[in-house]
Amino acid sequence: MTTVLEASELVSGYGEVEILHGVSLRLGEGEIVAIIGPNGAGKSTFMKAVFGLLKVKSGTVHLAGEDVTGAGPERIVRKGMGYVPQSENVFPSLTIQENLEMGAFIRRNGLHQRLNEVYELFPDLALRPQLRAGKLSGGQRQMLALARALMLDPKVLLLDEPTASLAPKMVEDIFTTVRNINQNGVAILIVEQNAKEALSICQRAYVLASGYNRLEGTGPELLASEEVGKLYLGA
Amino acid sequence: MAAIVATYGRIRDQLRDYQQLAGQFFSGPGIFLLFLGLGLWALIGRTDAFVIGVVTGSVLALGAIGLTLLYGVLKFAHFAHGDSMMLAAYLAFFALTGVVVGERTDTELLPWTLSDLPAATKPILGLSFGYGLLIAMAIAGVIMAVLFVVLDRLVYRPLRRRGSGIVIFAIASLGIAIAMRSLMLIFWSSFGRFYVPGIRPTTDLPFGIRILTDQIFIFWSALVLAPLIYLILFRTRLGKAMRAMADNPDLALVSGINTDRIVIWTWVIGGALVGIAGVMLALQAQLKPELGFVLLLPLFASTILGGIGSPQGAFVGAMVIGITEEVAVTLGFLSPGYKFSVAFVILILMLFLRPRGLFGAKT
Repeated sequence: MTTVLEASELVSGYGEVEILHGVSLRLGEGEIVAIIGPNGAGKSTFMKAVFGLLKVKSGTVHLAGEDVTGAGPERIVRKGMGYVPQSENVFPSLTIQENLEMGAFIRRNGLHQRLNEVYELFPDLALRPQLRAGKLSGGQRQMLALARALMLDPKVLLLDEPTASLAPKMVEDIFTTVRNINQNGVAILIVEQNAKEALSICQRAYVLASGYNRLEGTGPELLASEEVGKLYLGA
Repeated sequence: MAAIVATYGRIRDQLRDYQQLAGQFFSGPGIFLLFLGLGLWALIGRTDAFVIGVVTGSVLALGAIGLTLLYGVLKFAHFAHGDSMMLAAYLAFFALTGVVVGERTDTELLPWTLSDLPAATKPILGLSFGYGLLIAMAIAGVIMAVLFVVLDRLVYRPLRRRGSGIVIFAIASLGIAIAMRSLMLIFWSSFGRFYVPGIRPTTDLPFGIRILTDQIFIFWSALVLAPLIYLILFRTRLGKAMRAMADNPDLALVSGINTDRIVIWTWVIGGALVGIAGVMLALQAQLKPELGFVLLLPLFASTILGGIGSPQGAFVGAMVIGITEEVAVTLGFLSPGYKFSVAFVILILMLFLRPRGLFGAKT
């Protein structure tokens, strides 16, 4: 399997505070890979560092074989990686359609075709394209955030806790959508608090703790692992 | 006794319900109806003051639209806006006449000015000025746009990178305002000037009202520019990106929007607006360095009244402030020198009843 995203020995953090002390990870083409771990493990920080939102002190990030370490988010977006932040991930005063247009801001042509494709994936959004995003419920916002990130037809999608603080029914819908997106050929790296659920939809997963790689394996392996169970699943 | 207590409790609850209802009414449709009613009353009862108020409001609107745009996208109070308008007015004056203050009297600094264009100062459309001033206004707009972009590079961008708070930005812009005013004083001194000296042509409106033809021109400029800015913000790719940035700059960045470029465009549009607004201000009043700073308070009042980031709000807010200022003077208890205080009264009322402004987004 070809690797689309590879981070090796990534060291990063906020300002002087180092959160990641050397995290490595590999995402293959068409894979769903989950990152789980306790609070403060550096999961979200890792995403931000990979996406160029944080300064990388050492280590490298390769996207489809190309070194993108230290490139800003707007360059990384052009190379085919999308990112959905955990919160505040829609433009509330813009309409649904405008949110999607902003997702495709750097796209020069084929906007309408892509809009239709994305609306097909998210039929709920297609119902009221002129509705302001601020009026959407938490789950709908999350859907819109996913849709926005898909507007550029990315090869890789980074999802930072897409189900945080959502109702169980909505969590189910989000995971179904994530699986659908993946089946359309997008490799997905997902950070999840909801570890059990995440492990059941991913092919492989990484367990982070205190800014280091702790464990790594397939979903079923980690689900069965006693250490993961004890540490993070509360079993 | 128990019956009295019960009745009292019931009345109190009822009263609270009424208060809540009244609050909802005045923070929603009530405030619009209030302004509409006052506006209609002023239109019928104080027609002269109303018309002048609309002209004052137009000048304010041109400034407030730029201010609200900068406030919305860059998230800081641009205290240099009033002085920028006056500086633009002087730049247009300079392009037109080439005049700066000399040792004893004015001297012409430029060997060639716009006035030397054929028939550039011959009045057009019954106005007091010729097409030369319109070209001068365009030049002033371009210079202000460039100046704003340069100032952003030198002053505001370093502050942004450092993550400075809004107070630091506001103080920095206040410093720039003072620098601009000092430059105007150095080059053109403190006495009032006009683009065209002498008596200006007037136009008769219905109901026996006579105003300067220039003032009709000012009103039309505001009436054309406000919808134009609205269309830019809501119908163009750039405008939508500006609104996206106003909403959430971090998300704009991860969406691949080049936020630095959006900031530059915001300043360019702001500069162009300041160029037009400044010339209109000088046409309505005169060229005088301190006029810009005096205008700052009603400008901010208009912006906040209309709802920050909303050009249609800035327009309506400016009209409310402009009309109320002029009409309040006719009531007799307020000396014209204090008319700017009216802006504050309306502002306080607005912040009390509806803090997000007339057209501001709910937060």
